[in-house]
Amino acid sequence: MRYLPLTTADRQAMLAAIGVSSIDALFADVPEAARLDGFVDLPRAQGELEVERALGAMAAKNLVAGAVPSFIGAGVYRHHVPASVDHLIQRGEFLTSYTPYQPEVAQGTLQMLFEFQTQIALLTGMEVANASMYDGASACAEAVMMANRVTQRKKAILSGGLHPHYREATRTHARFVGFQAKLAEPDPEAREDLASEIDGATSCVVVQSPGVFGQVRDYSALAEACHKAGALLIVVVNEAVSLGAVRSPGAMGADIVAGEGQSLGNALNFGGPHLGLFATRERYVRQMPGRLVGETLDAEGRRGWVLTLSTREQHIRREKATSNICTNSGLCALAASIHLALLGEAGFTRLAALNHAKAVALADRLAAVPGVSLVNDTFFNEFTLRLPKPAAGVVERLARKKILAGVPASRLYPGKPALKNLLLVAATETTTETDMAAFATALAQVLA
Amino acid sequence: MTLKYTKDHEWVRVEGATVVVGISDYAQTQLGDVVYVEVPEVGRKLEQGKEAAVVESVKAASEVYAPISGEVTAVNTDLAGEPGRVNADPLGEGWFFKMTVAKPKELDALMDEAQYKTYVEGLG
Amino acid sequence: MTDWSQAVSQFRSDAKTTATVSGNRGLQIEEPLLFEQNAPGRTGVDLPEPPAVRSRLGGITREGPIGLPGLAEPQVVRHYTRLSQKNYAIDTGLYPLGSCTMKHNPRLNERLARLAGFADVHPLQPISTVQGALELMDTLAHWLKTLTGMPAVALSPGAGAHGELCGIMCIRAALEARGEKRTRVLVPESAHGTNPATAAACGFAVDSIPATEAGRVDLAALRAKLGPDVAALMLTNPNTCGLFEREIREIADAVHGVGAFFYCDGANFNAIVGRVRPADLGIDAMHINLHKTFSTPHGGGGPGSGPVVLAESLAAFAPIPWVVHGAKGLELVERAQGSARGSIGRLKGNHGQMGMFVRALAFMMSHGSDGLRQVAEDAVLNANYLLARLKDELTPAFPGTCMHEVLFDDHFLKDTGVSTLDFAKAMIDEGYHPMTMYFPLVVHGALLMEPTESESRGSLDAFIAVVRALAKRAKSGDAESFHAAPRFAPRRRLDETLAARKPVLRWQPPRSDRQAAD
Repeated sequence: MRYLPLTTADRQAMLAAIGVSSIDALFADVPEAARLDGFVDLPRAQGELEVERALGAMAAKNLVAGAVPSFIGAGVYRHHVPASVDHLIQRGEFLTSYTPYQPEVAQGTLQMLFEFQTQIALLTGMEVANASMYDGASACAEAVMMANRVTQRKKAILSGGLHPHYREATRTHARFVGFQAKLAEPDPEAREDLASEIDGATSCVVVQSPGVFGQVRDYSALAEACHKAGALLIVVVNEAVSLGAVRSPGAMGADIVAGEGQSLGNALNFGGPHLGLFATRERYVRQMPGRLVGETLDAEGRRGWVLTLSTREQHIRREKATSNICTNSGLCALAASIHLALLGEAGFTRLAALNHAKAVALADRLAAVPGVSLVNDTFFNEFTLRLPKPAAGVVERLARKKILAGVPASRLYPGKPALKNLLLVAATETTTETDMAAFATALAQVLA
Repeated sequence: MTLKYTKDHEWVRVEGATVVVGISDYAQTQLGDVVYVEVPEVGRKLEQGKEAAVVESVKAASEVYAPISGEVTAVNTDLAGEPGRVNADPLGEGWFFKMTVAKPKELDALMDEAQYKTYVEGLG
Repeated sequence: MTDWSQAVSQFRSDAKTTATVSGNRGLQIEEPLLFEQNAPGRTGVDLPEPPAVRSRLGGITREGPIGLPGLAEPQVVRHYTRLSQKNYAIDTGLYPLGSCTMKHNPRLNERLARLAGFADVHPLQPISTVQGALELMDTLAHWLKTLTGMPAVALSPGAGAHGELCGIMCIRAALEARGEKRTRVLVPESAHGTNPATAAACGFAVDSIPATEAGRVDLAALRAKLGPDVAALMLTNPNTCGLFEREIREIADAVHGVGAFFYCDGANFNAIVGRVRPADLGIDAMHINLHKTFSTPHGGGGPGSGPVVLAESLAAFAPIPWVVHGAKGLELVERAQGSARGSIGRLKGNHGQMGMFVRALAFMMSHGSDGLRQVAEDAVLNANYLLARLKDELTPAFPGTCMHEVLFDDHFLKDTGVSTLDFAKAMIDEGYHPMTMYFPLVVHGALLMEPTESESRGSLDAFIAVVRALAKRAKSGDAESFHAAPRFAPRRRLDETLAARKPVLRWQPPRSDRQAAD
């Protein structure tokens, strides 16, 4: 078998060196009733060709987003990833390396993560960022738990503009970790006023920028209201490219930023692996979950990097850890960091402007289709349309015409019939004129 | 000025109506370079045996327990900028906090220096 | 004197022989940070000029520059290539890291994960357009259930620790459904830190179970600690000392006897895959680290994937989404209602680490049931070979043979002035990533080695020769050479105390630049 280097002769010689007659002797501690005599009931070994055919057949049954006009966002965005990114992350020294616990032989990973932490701090307008989390939704839940620790309070208020997956993940943690999460009603028209709900028991208010329905809002006043009451403002960002055009959470007064970095350097991947982002103020750094890389000197006085403030983490504090987290999303963070390195200031701001321009063109075009209205006053690259009939059915019919027409709100909010005519539509720099025309035409046909 | 010790390696030195609390030389050697100290707030009421402070080194984090019951009257704010004092001078400049003595019997029951020395040797 | 200051004083005598003009050393380049290579306006991506549009940002725009550096493509490629050359990796050498299972990462898996039909598919596309993706998840679920003998599996957890969280949450939900509130979770002293951290995160008090002289859970001590207030036992099997828990069925019976659940940490599944089904050992839930047993790449720290196999008693509480067989094909249950009303809800966004599912399934299908059984056998054989060839120079922590990993303590270094840490740093100079050190905590100065099935006999012999020679050198009294190690890595020992006392967690422009900007 191609991945197993030991030969029969090797095995025999090694058994002899160990002093046992057969491999079974090394499994003697297994209770007899639990020993499997033969092979488990699954197919036998296959060569590359056969495995490629089998999995290729599964892949072929999926409609590829890049092959058709595609307008789906809702927390996962299709951007163009430059060719260099995927080549560089597949270098074996990045792909197959371990967590950098031995810093002398992991300076590549550590320097990269230090650069990533800096990039994320700059993008979010915050003082310090960690070396990434599993994804945006779990980062959001961790942010709320951190706010609880910092304020020593247990009541979180979650905006109606926060992505439902993030709300649900936070609510699951609330139930089992032991805090309250108050979920405001879904807020497609960005009318909610959360400031009035803050009281002395509130640990944090969690909002999203731009909101899940696309709106862009200034949260500065809300930040002040939080701080007056001794609570923290958590701003979630799930379209990282928006940070190239929209005011940063830090500039709005956020205390913690939790977000999703998939838009940078990472493919859609049917939802995973993605890239959780986490940033905060320096004064809260010891309460921050996840890995942190810090700069230091080696014995020759040369600059180098190490994992630091590890005593917060599970392998040291055990039951008193800030979180049980063990891994970050290392390779996805590398991909995002390389993409940002290639873009630079000029490229990143241009990319954001391009996304906005595409979305504006698309929104104007679709709002002109009879029966369709645009819900948003403001948006970045994603907006909400109100259709004259349930959006789920419209999306199904458009899928049969090979157009991926966005996400019906009913997919994200199955229990909210009042939202069933709403459709979330995204555009990115990959959206073409032809795509937009095809969508508008098909939409008009389906609604007629 | 005699020191009393707890099994958790805290020392206590009587200064009139209050006592000074820190961690022993043995404890700081075990911990390694101290990088961070979290001291209680002045005014906090401590119960003997319950967590009073936290001391962190690069590789470990340890609770510092209240050696006796009482109220915190002062804390060593220098440790924030210079946690290394705990290593350099654990019985002097590396002190953590001062507190009142709510139950003098608790103080009497602690180990004296000779008893603590024997205790540490037994730990091996 | 700390280890680090000893290393500094050693350098002073090395200095004259090692300096170059550039600071570079042959192929090892001193690569500056991206931020130190900035040219304003420069970029490595060509994008068209955006057309002028009426802004819909509501005036809530970014003010001022972000501060990202500008580089062109050749510079970026060179930057990351140079960084990669400073890393040790499985592709360059053996990682004898206990409980990490650093096995070969097949490149077929990378090719298949990048097929457009897997990589360029959005999680929220209509279900009718992603039947192949659901089929892959369903097939992976089938393999995981069959290999473990368990009836159900939750695929969504993002990593092993996330899987533990999932398992403990499901257990709590099951207890609540019974109307019970239990407050304690039992964890062996030798457990990985994620176990008590997870239990504590879910509101349980953690009670420690000691090990016996033979390195296994003390069954009598366990029985004494069991009671109607115990929610679960969290156990790793084989345990973190590399030993199979012989009395595991008695342990399972004792736990079930008080109505508690048996959670198994599946980090060491590589030792038994294809030879033992955890269901036959009596477990109720087990997370499987796809990045360990099933070869998905570690990527310098992640991403991982931690699906959790579940017994019938816990299946109803699994987090959504669930992949189910419907009338018209595969469906995704995304709402905790109907048959899924007992679900604990979501743990993260979307459906799970799909990219890792593809890689893991490719690995499983490549090996097949026969190959996977061979994996466990070769993994156990390799670890025992290390034990047999090292036990006279190092001190094994426990008598007898081991499973897929072997544990030594630092007794063999007694009175040499060489610590486990020093020994590990000397290994770096010899071209090896050190073994796991100081874990598990139950043994003094632990050295835990897991070679995996990916190592050839030649690779093991070379490793053994080095470890034996270093042990001999330590015992001969040459402590100084260990204290100065590593000498040949891209960096000497790094000052972790400084990093923790004065944390510098991001690049800042030099003071003069900042003042000029103000």
